[in-house]
Amino acid sequence: MALVEAKELKKTYLAGDIPVEAIRGVSFSIPPASFVSFIGPSGSGKSTLLNMIGCLDPPTAGVLTVAGQDVSRMNARESAKFRGTHIGFIFQDFNLIPVLTVFENIEYPLLMVQNWPVQERKERVNTLLAAVGMQEQGYKYPHQISGGQKQRVAVARALVTRAELVLADEPTANLDRETALHIITLMKAMRDEFGTTFIFSTHDPKIVRNAETVFTLEDGQLAASKTEGGFHG
Amino acid sequence: MVNIVKIAVRNLRRYQRRTLLTSSLITLGVVAVLLFISVSGSFKNMMIGQITDSMLGHLQIHQKGYLASIDTLPLNRNLQEKQVAKIEEMLNGNEAVAAFSPRIKLGAMFSNYTETTNIRLNAIDPEQEMRTMPELVHRIVKGEKKGLLKKGEILVPELLAKGMKVEVGHDIVLVATNKDGSVNGQSFIVRGIVEGVTGPGGRDGYIHIDDAQTLLRLEGKEVSEIAIRLKDMRQLDKVFTAMSATLEPIRTKMDKPVFEVHTWEKLTPFANIAKMIDLMTLFIKIMLVAIVLVSIMNVMVMAVYERINEIGTIAAIGTSPGKILSLFLAEGLLLGIFGTLLGIMLSLVTIAALKAARISFDFGQQQGIILNPSVTLTDIVSIALIVIAIAVLGSLQPAWKAARMDPITALRHV
Repeated sequence: MALVEAKELKKTYLAGDIPVEAIRGVSFSIPPASFVSFIGPSGSGKSTLLNMIGCLDPPTAGVLTVAGQDVSRMNARESAKFRGTHIGFIFQDFNLIPVLTVFENIEYPLLMVQNWPVQERKERVNTLLAAVGMQEQGYKYPHQISGGQKQRVAVARALVTRAELVLADEPTANLDRETALHIITLMKAMRDEFGTTFIFSTHDPKIVRNAETVFTLEDGQLAASKTEGGFHG
Repeated sequence: MVNIVKIAVRNLRRYQRRTLLTSSLITLGVVAVLLFISVSGSFKNMMIGQITDSMLGHLQIHQKGYLASIDTLPLNRNLQEKQVAKIEEMLNGNEAVAAFSPRIKLGAMFSNYTETTNIRLNAIDPEQEMRTMPELVHRIVKGEKKGLLKKGEILVPELLAKGMKVEVGHDIVLVATNKDGSVNGQSFIVRGIVEGVTGPGGRDGYIHIDDAQTLLRLEGKEVSEIAIRLKDMRQLDKVFTAMSATLEPIRTKMDKPVFEVHTWEKLTPFANIAKMIDLMTLFIKIMLVAIVLVSIMNVMVMAVYERINEIGTIAAIGTSPGKILSLFLAEGLLLGIFGTLLGIMLSLVTIAALKAARISFDFGQQQGIILNPSVTLTDIVSIALIVIAIAVLGSLQPAWKAARMDPITALRHV
């Protein structure tokens, strides 16, 4: 059974009074524990598609199923609840909460979204801190750690709720080459360890090379897809 | 909730200068209001206390129509012996009444044998008057205070004593016109000089009620008024309503009420000053509300604007709109609490310092009145509640905006 399944997905925006079709009837299927990348030029609809998969933006038409649930018609409250339970996010600018320590940033979804008990919460956060190699930095604030370390924390925060799906929008854009490689390796290791599906929107060839499935978007349509073994136009 | 407060505290600490500035504005407002309440309240209470405890009492009962012609001190509108007995019976049976004092009010000619002038007099039963007007004895600036006065003695108002060059122990003569228009005179010994105070009756002299009955050749124990002191002044309105209801059904043959009851507020123009003080306090409170509202709204609008990206992040990872709303409301609440607590502490210290400094001021003829500012717990609690409620209210719009923010738009914000 697919973790993410899109059928004839469409998204139309209004630019003033003019309707703009950002996504035009896209269909795809992503199985669990995948490492998937959406690529394409700017304005091709990568971020729009990622926002729809992440339940941040509802599709105009079509059916989108994530973790077995139709997320196409959810209201804001239902979407927030669904995101808090099933989806993790990694952002280009790390987006850590500056007033919280590394530990507290990772703990945030368990505390403010899922209400985990204290002991379980601590154990889970410590597990994730160790998994991303940040166990010694838990007490530090985001401004006291490097960009690469911030992204490690962001990965841990995305995984802490045992989300089946992590969406990462240009996660290596603000990192140097070596750090970016470390982060990609880390995410792949997390996928292997926790069985989480990672979906990227990226221009970074390093991620594209590591992705098992690559979807190419052009003008809001799937132009090609590649799974390990070759491209399919 | 604890976590929301914890995050709110950290966010307030993150912008320390702004937090301090906003809190100090709230603090300043709270200090201004509490100081105004304490000083104006002390002045108001002192004046009310002086008027009610040395001249008017808390309530007065007259024959209907007496008050309308009080300037002429009409003897023909005195309460008759039977009426007095009825009122005394009612007052003796009233638990709320601490004491009452029947009085005859009269105008007379005051002569020191070389000069003559007019005088307004209260003829009193010293025992009852002292119980009803406990502060009267403190107004005696010369002469024996104990027992107030005896028959054949007079307490002369300070101004008149000065003008007529009268001293304690001097003989004087009072000449009064009786109800029937005849004139009668009687000599008195000056027992003491009584300090004049602001307000009606503040420059009256005092003689014994029995002397007044002789001087005015009154038949029976008729009196002009009965002044009443309550055990608790806060019961004033309740007692007034009850007494009015009791006396209202007692009517003349013409079916008109026999008695009229008045609270001290109806008997002195100072009541209007007291009302003005209350009105000013209300305006100061409204200004405080405006200060808090503008400060908090300003700082919270800034806080939301500066943290749009952060709001997008927490919304994206599943924080419910309600929790986002709570996060910002908690910041406003904490700012309000912090500013209020600081303001209350500063106010209490300032009030204590003002008390210790024993600042004196003059009011009317009274000089050297010591300022004795104080605030009640009710004042402090009500101000604190108003400020904190307004702080939350001021945060509501920005917090609502944050909670309703579209995560995608917020995440795109730079």
